[in-house]
Amino acid sequence: MITITPPESLPEKAKGRHFRAEKFDFASFFFTALTGLATLFILAILALILLNIFINGWRGLSWHFVSSIPKKDFFDASTTGVLPMIVGTTVRVVVMTIFVLPVGVITAIYLTEYAASNSPITKIIRAAVNNLAGVPSIVFGLFGLGFFINFVGKNMDAALHTPGAVWGQPALIWAALTLAVMMMPVVIVATEESLKAIPSGLREASLALGATKLETVLRVVLPQALPGILTGGILAVSRAAGEVAPILFTGVAYYMASLPHHVTDQFMDLGYHVFVLSTQSPNIEKTRPILYATVLVLLMLTFALNIVAIVIRTRVRKKLRALG
Amino acid sequence: MAELEMPKLKVPEAKTNSPAAALIQIESLSLFYGTSKALKNISLTLGERVVTAFIGPSGCGKSTLLRCLNRMNDLIDNVRIEGSCKIGGHDIYSSGVDVIELRKRVGMVFQKSNPFPKSIYDNVAYGLRLHGPQKKSELDAVVEQSLRNAALWDEVKDRLHSSALGLSGGQQQRLCIARAIAIKPEIILMDEPASALDPIATARIEELILELKKDFTILIVTHNMQQAARISDHTAFFYIGELIEFGTTGKIFTNPSKKQTEDYVTGRFG
Repeated sequence: MITITPPESLPEKAKGRHFRAEKFDFASFFFTALTGLATLFILAILALILLNIFINGWRGLSWHFVSSIPKKDFFDASTTGVLPMIVGTTVRVVVMTIFVLPVGVITAIYLTEYAASNSPITKIIRAAVNNLAGVPSIVFGLFGLGFFINFVGKNMDAALHTPGAVWGQPALIWAALTLAVMMMPVVIVATEESLKAIPSGLREASLALGATKLETVLRVVLPQALPGILTGGILAVSRAAGEVAPILFTGVAYYMASLPHHVTDQFMDLGYHVFVLSTQSPNIEKTRPILYATVLVLLMLTFALNIVAIVIRTRVRKKLRALG
Repeated sequence: MAELEMPKLKVPEAKTNSPAAALIQIESLSLFYGTSKALKNISLTLGERVVTAFIGPSGCGKSTLLRCLNRMNDLIDNVRIEGSCKIGGHDIYSSGVDVIELRKRVGMVFQKSNPFPKSIYDNVAYGLRLHGPQKKSELDAVVEQSLRNAALWDEVKDRLHSSALGLSGGQQQRLCIARAIAIKPEIILMDEPASALDPIATARIEELILELKKDFTILIVTHNMQQAARISDHTAFFYIGELIEFGTTGKIFTNPSKKQTEDYVTGRFG
């Protein structure tokens, strides 16, 4: 015979049991506090840097400062200006973006959409991209000098029969290209991540409708990946704007009396100018306000370039969401 | 006189049995993933405008066979196929077959509804636009007709240009069907099209399949025995890569000749 326990007897059994009193969980508290403190520490450092620059740099900032081309002696606070540096930094970053985005995106498309993921060639390319990201920036500067200026530029001069060195010398274009090579891994990795995030079902749906692989990439995959690609662009832009080492031998000038007119011209640069002001000044105390103001301008410029890229990305996202 | 004309009507039974009318002829087809054999020597002949259900436990190869018919397996590395698969008398695996053209003739609806993150209209128009720029009026007409045929028009006619991702799961799957039929394929492959849907949405898909049968040849993979019984004319039972039994749905479900089939359709295993 099977006896079935009547349901009434169940609560009785449970009645005697109490929930254990809550104990203070020290480990949880400790690790919560630790993570909180670590975050706070980082925020504090950032706040310290920004506040210091802002408070000390604010006074040196004026319309004259950001809109005039300085005389040879740019250590004089009353006459100096940073217009050529703003222009130089902006142009080199924009030119870099024009080169790095298409090449990086196409490489990422090859790696995720076309290459067999476990073939030796794909593995070699991936390893190369990762190693490229680990190369010190000064090495990129030397690479730019050796490859772009001494090899590509000199050969272009020879081929075009230019009078004297036109391409075979430090120039805006070579600095921008050196930066593009350096930022390539950032764009490739960001694009790859956004391509991988697209469900394979969408690719299959497109192919099953008789689309070619190219049509699938152009019509379905890329539009979806665009915000992620732009994130890569933003990262590249903000890092490249402050880089000095790669442009040191490839295009930056200590002083130029006028703005650059051609991609083969040299240019002045905010980051490099900060270095010059802090190391070459005959009077450190007098130069300090200009130095702070220049750093502030560099920060604001980086911020502005970022804002532009973020606005573009937000628009693309909105368009993707609204769909047309 | 009326009776004399009767034999001229298309009878699916008769068509499947005569090779001349066969639309799909699979002959000793085997498929390998690397060294493992996923499909073993399958031969199957299917007629026009019938619904054939592929049933069998998970991993039995029914989806793999379905994907052979529009060569979606080509996308997977290390897949090797032996034997032949003819559609309309032409071996789709012979060299010189344009896969793009094949996929336009053999449409597919996937298990997980996968509308493009575009508008409802653009989803349906996608396949047509691949041919190049289309006249708006023609495109409008095809989009409307496809959505009507997929029993979705009334629900979406006022929001054709809003996102397809705003539709419910069942609506999304019907949109995928509309998208597939917009390019007028001969055959529609359906890989568990209702497995992620609730019973009401499933019922609508089933009604739709019975309606689409008038114009298309439909192959459907399903785990739902009742569904196979309700909508298909023929049923093929697969087990570990082998075609165990193929026949009319009535016979497979009521009087199967193999023990394995009987065990499966009565729910004793799988």
